[in-house]
Amino acid sequence: MVLGGDEPTGSLVRPYAVTRGRTRPQLEIALEALVETTARGRSGQFLGGREQKVIVDLCGGRLQSLAEIAARMEVPLGVARVLVADMAADGLLAVHEPTGFDADGGDESVGTELLERVLSGLRRL
Amino acid sequence: MNSPADTSRVTSAKIVIAGGFGVGKTTLVGSVSEITPLTTEAIMTSASEGVDDNNLVPDKATTTVAMDFGRITIDQDLILYLFGTPGQTRFWFMWDELVRGAIGAIVLVDTRRLADCFSVIDFFEHRKLPYLVAVNCFDGKQLHDLNDIRDALQISHDVPVMYTDARNRESTKQVLIKLVEYVLSMRRTRTVGVH
Repeated sequence: MVLGGDEPTGSLVRPYAVTRGRTRPQLEIALEALVETTARGRSGQFLGGREQKVIVDLCGGRLQSLAEIAARMEVPLGVARVLVADMAADGLLAVHEPTGFDADGGDESVGTELLERVLSGLRRL
Repeated sequence: MNSPADTSRVTSAKIVIAGGFGVGKTTLVGSVSEITPLTTEAIMTSASEGVDDNNLVPDKATTTVAMDFGRITIDQDLILYLFGTPGQTRFWFMWDELVRGAIGAIVLVDTRRLADCFSVIDFFEHRKLPYLVAVNCFDGKQLHDLNDIRDALQISHDVPVMYTDARNRESTKQVLIKLVEYVLSMRRTRTVGVH
């Protein structure tokens, strides 16, 4: 990436500067969607910038949600969403969508099975 | 895309913790979360129309909304998140994203400020999101009869109302269990209703 001479540097930048001003992600990602670094991401060869390196490291161990990535990077949620969506499009990250429990959407039996797993997990706490 | 890691479906779920400012949402999240509650800041751009009586200004308003959340690993491939909603009840647009796909919600109540949760309850009922009411007992004092609280909130008799101590892990755990049991029982009723 070649940055123009006028590009802001340092930490006092507007939040969306790291997305080059883009506020719309390539992919809608839920708050609680889980993100995992792929083998391509881990190889480190295809990374474009400091933020991408941070995200690849963050999601290289245990799974992290979009909300966790935003919180740990101290960037607004919308910024994390654009960054993660770009990296997912480049195959650097895998995004695992959450199971939705809306009353009128999704497969009812899948939802019920998952709820039972959540319930027994909570009882084991 | 045949990644060998994808043998089982990795997924997540969320429960929303709502309630007025200072009622103990973050304390409740922290009592069961495996991580110290994190805060994320969402920059919200919304038309100010209808939010403020600020109709003279036609352009958009930008607000930063902070929410706290925690995490419980249920299984290697299933993670539950608890999201505390912003205390300010006017950020409906934020709640929309928070409640989408959620298992349900816990409305945490301080009996000294019952009115703080009216708008939250209205919102969940409108969105058909299952919720229960957990009355936070500050200093362990159970000052009110639960039925009185139910009457004051004007909620249906099906909605569970219970005491909790948001600081106590076991107490929070029981509230979460109750919510999931309630959601499951609603599903079973619905299934029976179909036949």
